[in-house]
Amino acid sequence: MALKQPENSLLGSESDSQRTLYPYVTGTSVAALKYKDGILMAADMGGSYGSTLRYKSVERMKPFGKHSLLGASGEISDFQEILHYLDELILYDNMWDDGNSLGPKEVHNYLTRVMYNRRNKFNPLWNSLVLGGVKNGNKYLGTVSMIGVNFEDNHVATGFGNHLARPILRQEWHENLSFEDGVKLLEKCMHVLLYRDRSAVNKLQIAKITKEGVTIHQPYSLKTYWEVSAFENPAQGAIGSW
Amino acid sequence: MASSGFQADVKALQKHLAARHLIYQHQHNKQMSCPAMAQLLSNTLYYKRFFPYYSFNVLGGLDNEGKGCVFTYDAVGSYEKVGYSSQGSGSTLIMPFLDNQLKSPSPLLLPAQDAVTPLAEAEAIDLVKTVFASASERDIYTGDKLEIVVINADGIRREYMDLRKD
Repeated sequence: MALKQPENSLLGSESDSQRTLYPYVTGTSVAALKYKDGILMAADMGGSYGSTLRYKSVERMKPFGKHSLLGASGEISDFQEILHYLDELILYDNMWDDGNSLGPKEVHNYLTRVMYNRRNKFNPLWNSLVLGGVKNGNKYLGTVSMIGVNFEDNHVATGFGNHLARPILRQEWHENLSFEDGVKLLEKCMHVLLYRDRSAVNKLQIAKITKEGVTIHQPYSLKTYWEVSAFENPAQGAIGSW
Repeated sequence: MASSGFQADVKALQKHLAARHLIYQHQHNKQMSCPAMAQLLSNTLYYKRFFPYYSFNVLGGLDNEGKGCVFTYDAVGSYEKVGYSSQGSGSTLIMPFLDNQLKSPSPLLLPAQDAVTPLAEAEAIDLVKTVFASASERDIYTGDKLEIVVINADGIRREYMDLRKD
């Protein structure tokens, strides 16, 4: 006879079906930086199902409100739920009709609270978010993780980007990057991620946000170089037992 | 208030206390004294005794008479007024050194003796810098940069120092 649990217990298999235990369809790294006119953000379009590259046209960056851009890595369905929350947030903000609109800093704070409170209820949104925007000429770039760790900085990255992209950004980022230099720097990060992150796909989007608004460019591919001599005739020198 | 531990809990805790401090100012038309905040922090931490804030805190400030005070905490709200303290991953390296330098007499003495040798501001800041530089050598989590907050009758001042970046 099964142990009788109160309705809201965290024990038992039924409660497991009510909360996220592990992610299913995931997106990999997002990288972003501040540049002269605003924020640049890059993410590839892959949606992995474990080790299978299941979806190859997933838009992991979405604009919302007048001047904000949200990029996410992690569980795609949780990202879609966050977008739903944000739509509602922006709707209520517009309904006030008071000439005031939520800036990226406010949205970042809201997302931090959502992620942290979900974590406290043992039902996390399995995402690492990058939030960028420009309001009243002020550039803002922040990040929140699935457990609620949050901060703002001149350049951020999620997932593998933390290990591969951030060292590059720390070395080469500077104030007042031009658009071209910013894109080049992000592409450098995405290159390294493409070579070294197994869940990366060679189809990426760059998004730009300035005081004029958000532009998400068409997807494109990076040129890769594989003519390394070690890759020529890889079986040569391999001693097999058969 | 200086906190070590899980950043999201630290941010949430500091935000909570900042909000409570604002309410206090609205209700009492004055700033909270350090001992008052000390009790509030303890209560806030113990409130989550069975799902704690993973935050290890040291509270510093001025009491109602303008004298400096330091309170040290564990994650669930046990606290004590002390002359000096350290918390976090480097505390095991820092605390013995502080004990040695600041000549804390035995707590068994009667009458109780003041725990700290009087330090000038410059000496204190220098000690803090030394202590963090030393901790950075051996504690992998300590390093990059140090922020020092100085609170006295003239107000609040911040100083920064680079630490080992490895």
